Parts: sequence; C-alpha cells; structure tokens
Amino acid sequence: MSEPILKVKDLVYSYPGQKHPALRNISLEVNEASIFGILGPNGGGKSTTFKILSTLLRPQQGEVRICGVDVVRQPSQVRSFLGVVFQAPALDKKLTVEENIYHQGHLYGIRGAALIQKTEALLKRLGLWEKKDEKTENLSGGQKRRLEITKSLIHNPKILILDEPTTGLDPLARREVWNYLKFLREKEKITILVTTHLLDEAEDCDEIALIDKGQVVCCGNPSKLRNDLGGNVVNIKSPHPNELSEKICNQFNLSSRILGKDVRFRPAEMTSFLGFLLRDCSLEYDSFSVGKPTLEDLFIEKTGHRFWDEATSNDLGEGV
Amino acid sequence: MTEAQTMTALPALSLARRELVRFYRQKARIIGSLGTPIVLWALLGSGLQAAFPAMPGATASISYLKYFFPGNLVLTVLFTSIFTNISVIEDRNEGFLQGVLVAPVSQLGLVLGKVSGGALIALIQGIFFLSLAPLAGFSLSLISLFQVVLAVAVTSLCLTTLGFIFAWRLDSIQGFHSIMNLFLMPMWLLSGAFFPAHRAPWFLKLVIYLNPLTYGFSAIQVALKSENLSSSVLGYSSALGVELLFVAVLLLIAIRVVSDRKKG
Repeated sequence: MSEPILKVKDLVYSYPGQKHPALRNISLEVNEASIFGILGPNGGGKSTTFKILSTLLRPQQGEVRICGVDVVRQPSQVRSFLGVVFQAPALDKKLTVEENIYHQGHLYGIRGAALIQKTEALLKRLGLWEKKDEKTENLSGGQKRRLEITKSLIHNPKILILDEPTTGLDPLARREVWNYLKFLREKEKITILVTTHLLDEAEDCDEIALIDKGQVVCCGNPSKLRNDLGGNVVNIKSPHPNELSEKICNQFNLSSRILGKDVRFRPAEMTSFLGFLLRDCSLEYDSFSVGKPTLEDLFIEKTGHRFWDEATSNDLGEGV
Repeated sequence: MTEAQTMTALPALSLARRELVRFYRQKARIIGSLGTPIVLWALLGSGLQAAFPAMPGATASISYLKYFFPGNLVLTVLFTSIFTNISVIEDRNEGFLQGVLVAPVSQLGLVLGKVSGGALIALIQGIFFLSLAPLAGFSLSLISLFQVVLAVAVTSLCLTTLGFIFAWRLDSIQGFHSIMNLFLMPMWLLSGAFFPAHRAPWFLKLVIYLNPLTYGFSAIQVALKSENLSSSVLGYSSALGVELLFVAVLLLIAIRVVSDRKKG
C-alpha cells in the first residue's frame, strides 16, 4: 500500500488552565482518495485535532505530516495542499457568491483568467452558478455550505478537511453534502477528512477513527468494525430498566448495559432470549428492537459509556 | 513577481478591496462616516465661536470654524481609522478570519491588507471632509492639497495599524470600544489639535511627543497653512517622516502580534 497522505503520530495537546489534556497520543493514517471520518462525542477531541490539522493550532507533542510535509516546520506549504471547511461558515456575508470565491482564490495566489474559469466551473458543478451575483447573506443554509466547500476547492487541494460539515442542515441538505463529498472522492480523487458526531454519517466513510476523551478508541472500516463485534443487539425500552435487567441476567447469565430507560443485551442465543422476553417479561417493557451492532454499540463496548450523554440525547430526541 | 511577493501582494490587495466593498455596501456606515464630521465641525465650530477669542492661538482675523478645521479633520481620521478595525473582531467572530489564517498568506500580506483597507476608508472620509475646506476659508493650491492628502493618508495608515494591534488581541467589540475610547480622546487632545505643545507642562509635553497623532496633525496643519501654526511641533517633511517611522514600527508590532496568534 502507498504511503498515507495524512499521518498523525502521538499527538498531544492541552489547553492552558484545563485539568485534562484535550488530546492524548492521537495517531491516525489516512489513505489517498478515501473518506476518513473522525467520529466522537462532543468534547472528545475532534475539534482540537481539526484545528491542528488545519494549521490553526500547533501541536505540543507529536507529529503531523500531510503529503509528507511536516505541519509545524512548513505550515505554508501544507496550507497550499489543504482545503479547509470550518464548522462556522468562513464566508463574507456582504460579498456575493462569486466575490467570495474570487477572494479565496486571491488568498491562494490565483488570479486573472485562471481564477474566473475555475470559479465558473466550480459554481456550475455545485449548482450555484445562478446564484453567483447573490449576496451570501441571502443564501439558504445548504447553499452556504455548498459555497463553503466550493470555495475550499479553488486551489485544487490534495486533501479536504471538514469540521462537522452538516451541522445545522436539514436531512436533505445533509445528503446533498455527502453525495458531493463522495463525488469528489470518486471523480477528483480528493482525500477527504471529516469530523462528525453523527453516527449515521460515519457509516458513509471508508474508514473511521472513533475518539473519546482525547484518545483513539478504535480505527477501521465502519462495517468491518461493527461486524467484528458480532452477534445481534436487543435494545429494550422499559420504565423499570434495572429490575428488568436483573431478571433477564439471572435467567441467561448475560451482562447488560443500562442507558437511561434502555437496557441493551447481546444474547448468544436469540430464540430462547426473545421467547423469554415475550412470555415472561411482557408487562415490564414498552418496546424492544433487534438489530446488528451499530457504531454506538461499538462505542459503548470500547468505552463503557454511551455516545450521547443523557442531556444531549434529550436535546436531540431519540434515534440519533 | 516571485511566489512570496504574490502571496503577500495579492491577498493584501484582495483583503483591502474587501474592506472597501463592505464599506460601500453598508449605507449606514457611509451616512455616519460622512455626516458625523460635518455635524461635529458645524456644532463645535459655531458653538465655541463666542469663547474663541480667549483660546490659545486665537487671532481676531480667524473664525473658530477655520481654527477648528484641521483638528476636526484629524479627529475624523482618528475615529474612522481606529474603528474600521472592528472588522478584525467581526471577521474573527463570524468565522471569516479563520479562512484567511489557514491560507498560505504571509503575515505581512494579512496585516497590510486589513490595515490599508481601513486606512483607505479613513482617507476617503478625510478627503470628503477636506472638500469643505473652502467653506472654512481655506484656499489651497494643488501642491498643498496633495500635501494634505498625503499627510491624511499616512496618518490614517498609522492609526489603523495602531487600532489593528488592539483589535487583533480582543474578541469583543464592546471591549475594543472601551479600550479605544480610553486612548482616543487623550490622543486627540494631546496632539496639538486642542492646545499647542510648547505651552504644555513637561509631563504632557512628553506624552505629546510620543503621540503618533501629533506628527500627523502637524503635517496636516502645515500643509493647510493654518493660522495657528504655533501648535505644530515640526515642519511638514520632518513631521511626515516621523509619522512614517511610527507606521513602520507599528507594522512590525502588528506582524509580531499576528504571528503570535497564528502559532496558537
């Protein structure tokens, strides 16, 4: 296999005044023309990693090489390889769509006919050509995000890094962003690194690194990681999860995980487990579901706690 | 042009142009920046006319509207130069700045772009106010007009760079306002625009000579051939030279400040 296009080794970072380090020995390798996801709960270290990769922060320890170039020693060269899309839009609201891209081109030393042609091609490809004279403040959330991505591609970056690119977008706009990222990977062979806290988005990545509390918990292809976990997961919603868990555990000699009102099992033998549940526990649950392990199961398995804390789950509603 | 020059000049021009475009697209800013100096000049000039004969530098032949004109011109340039730097804080808070910081733009390019854009806005405002000079009783030759515009341009650049250094380190517009207000009026009052330097006590004299606005004001005043020349500390070329020296030093500090922040 060829040399990874992005290599992170033993990255450490602590913010001044913080008790715990934000990153503890993060190591990653991203292959060319792949979509790599850094998945983790809020506060897990995603944004700090992103800031270091984008050259906004200098790592305190460890090494980051992008296209073989050291981020600390030659940040300017690294910046010319990188397309960066921030979570907060880096657009000028008072400028038009076209002006925003021209400005970005100038920041990367592109001008004249080359800039005009490239801008037109990019805007047409992303369906923003009709909006070229519109002030950015008048665009919808999805359009702004597309413009942001368009803008970051003006200098033909080798690697595009995006921090939570779909935050604040509706499901349709989210899909649109992901379809475009896949298009870039397939047709333009651009390597894409994306941070996300959305488990379903991580499924769209070729590889993921699951990070929690500033550490990489596991790394690999998402479906392979789930399959490696094996078996099926039964998730039971119950008003009395502790009692129900105790009853089932006594019966099957299983371990369970109680997460709020949910009790989760990974039974070895499903038929007798479901039989017992339906026959002997029917008054003790509201609903249950059976499925293959999800990335959240993987996360729970590896960290011993839930991906979303209770407060966040409540904010976001169920099914996140 | 070498690559390094391109990565300084092109982003700097683009950033400066952006400041101007943002300025003319915000009608309230245009109205405020052009209207304020006129209102201030008319109100203060007419209002203080009665008390004027007792003021330093007063002569029977000059109206206070004329006397106050150069002082009002630097006041206008001072406020605009400093407060255009609000865009630095806005750019950071709105996320625009981070896009610039991850681009391969040199620190000099970034500073020159932001500062020259702000200085150009102050210069435009200064020129607009200067167009009222005939109303105040000044008749300027082309050469003196050029000299005044040049002095206003250098003063704007100096003050914008000063404002930039503060704005870069602050993340709240309110905080920037408070800090700058602490400096603005003393800077203006101790520039020679309000009372002549040579009559001040020694400790104020020291501040006056360390104040970058003093030299900008002197150059403007000499170029305008204003009657109250007694408050000028130096001749035109020397004052402009010292002001340019201030620009150079402040630009170096600004680049240093930006590079500190870039390193995180």
